[in-house]
Amino acid sequence: MIAARKSQTILFSLAVLFLLVLVAAAIAAPLVAPYNPTEQFLSKRFKAPTLENLLGTDNYGRDVLSRIIYGSRSALIVGIVTVSIALTLGGTIGLLAGLGSPNLDSVLMLFMDSILSFPTILLAITVVSFLGYGLVQVMLALGIISSPVFARLVRAETLAIKGEGYVEAARALGTPVVKIVFKHIIPNILGKVVVQCSIVFALSIVTEASLSYLGVGTQPPEASWGLMLKDARNYLVQAPWLAIYPGLVLALTVLSFNIIGDTLSERLNPRLTGSS
Amino acid sequence: MDLVRFFVKRFLRLLLTVLIISTLIFFVIRIIPGDPALIIAGVDASAEDIQIIREKLGTDRSLPMQYLAWLYSIIRFDFGNSMISGESVTKLIFERFPLTLTLALMGISIGILVAIPLGVMSAVKRWSLWDYFGLVFSQAGMAIPSFWLGMVLLLLFAVKIPIFPLFGSETFAHYILPALSLGFGRAAVILRLARASMVEELSKEYVITARAKGLTETMVKYKHALKNALLPVITITGIELGYMLGGAIIIEQVFSLPGLGRLFLFGIYQRDFTLIQGGVVFVAIVFSMINFLADILYSVVNPKIRVE
Repeated sequence: MIAARKSQTILFSLAVLFLLVLVAAAIAAPLVAPYNPTEQFLSKRFKAPTLENLLGTDNYGRDVLSRIIYGSRSALIVGIVTVSIALTLGGTIGLLAGLGSPNLDSVLMLFMDSILSFPTILLAITVVSFLGYGLVQVMLALGIISSPVFARLVRAETLAIKGEGYVEAARALGTPVVKIVFKHIIPNILGKVVVQCSIVFALSIVTEASLSYLGVGTQPPEASWGLMLKDARNYLVQAPWLAIYPGLVLALTVLSFNIIGDTLSERLNPRLTGSS
Repeated sequence: MDLVRFFVKRFLRLLLTVLIISTLIFFVIRIIPGDPALIIAGVDASAEDIQIIREKLGTDRSLPMQYLAWLYSIIRFDFGNSMISGESVTKLIFERFPLTLTLALMGISIGILVAIPLGVMSAVKRWSLWDYFGLVFSQAGMAIPSFWLGMVLLLLFAVKIPIFPLFGSETFAHYILPALSLGFGRAAVILRLARASMVEELSKEYVITARAKGLTETMVKYKHALKNALLPVITITGIELGYMLGGAIIIEQVFSLPGLGRLFLFGIYQRDFTLIQGGVVFVAIVFSMINFLADILYSVVNPKIRVE
């Protein structure tokens, strides 16, 4: 158990480190990327990894490492924007449902549950196919689709906290609802919300990659991990490195977010840390 | 009696979900700025052409009329004709659906066969090698995107060591790698749940009682606790099966399998709006039905839920 706890701390640190490197690379992309991600070198197409091109080159002779570095920009932006939209929209709906009348609660939650009861990727493709292809549309679609998770969480917690003695006391004293929300409800649910944010962040990165892989997300020549994998599919036999590295970085990014989310939710849950 | 009431309640909820999804799809399509007829017709279409497309789409009528017509078409299970090929959308869907369903069923079978034994073993022997293996497996399963896994599997087992065919859908062997890619990620989710559920059961009082009265460990764990621990797994398996129908879209693209997903994508590339809306509603109906069946099955094996 202590060993398990220790190894979890190590994993958590590694995950944080990986994400820090990724964020730094995304911000300083023009400085750290060895080549321009969209510049084509037709004389050196399909070069296997060498010292010159650490992760090889693609079908246009573009440097894979540089494209991965620039791709981290769109991945992180997708995560940030999606989580922000989902949190704002879902959080507001959840608070309204939790604090409002039971009828409002039923109607809002019915809509949220309907969205939730549908495969994310299919819903995302549908919305994007009507909004038009592109990164902005993907983020908008993912933000809306991810909001029910937050709505449910915030609603459940709000309902639970609403019944607590100190909140009832505050209400009895005539504290305005807005003040109760900011002083009592939000601080109480912050932990769980942060955990949910890390899950949604990871999920939105994967979904963006999936959509780009299907050709309805980020459009060429922009660098995106999903887009790189889409191109790689046509050259699996010829140039396997094109498929391996972008996917590996994608998987490691998602893994890091999952580990952080798991660790946080365990540390924040006294019942789990207390027992065995 | 309460089983019947539960059944009716859930069935009404199923209808309501389908109604809401259909309504959302209807309005999403209409809210988007721009006339779909103009988008479909292209820049240099004549006014007549645009009018014909409007009539085909039904967008020449008033909004409430369109909505009623849309709901009526869903009740009849007639999603109109493809705007590109003119074929019946319902027919197109039913031609492609068996492949996608096969893939999803194979995927969920792989998921269950791997996840439940591993999850249960992890819970019974906590902090053992089993448990660590299960932990690594579930983290990997959740982090590795299915379509990338598909590509890596193709690379390993169709290119480097050619034991499986590269692309195509003619034989059973063509389905194994796609089903594995689809099942792996979902197995991780089922495993986590199976483990958590088993750990919880093992800490309950009836387990202590069973031990105290002298039952063997095997009886306690695998007869008493396991039975209860598997209950929530039924629900999640239903949900996961539904998600696999969605996940199949991308896996079909990786392996060039002509299923519902590819049909749907084709519709999107061609801007075939009737095909897209028909496809989404069809999946919504199937998805809700799977969840409904899982709920019913769950209530049959666990009477407690019906009282709720």
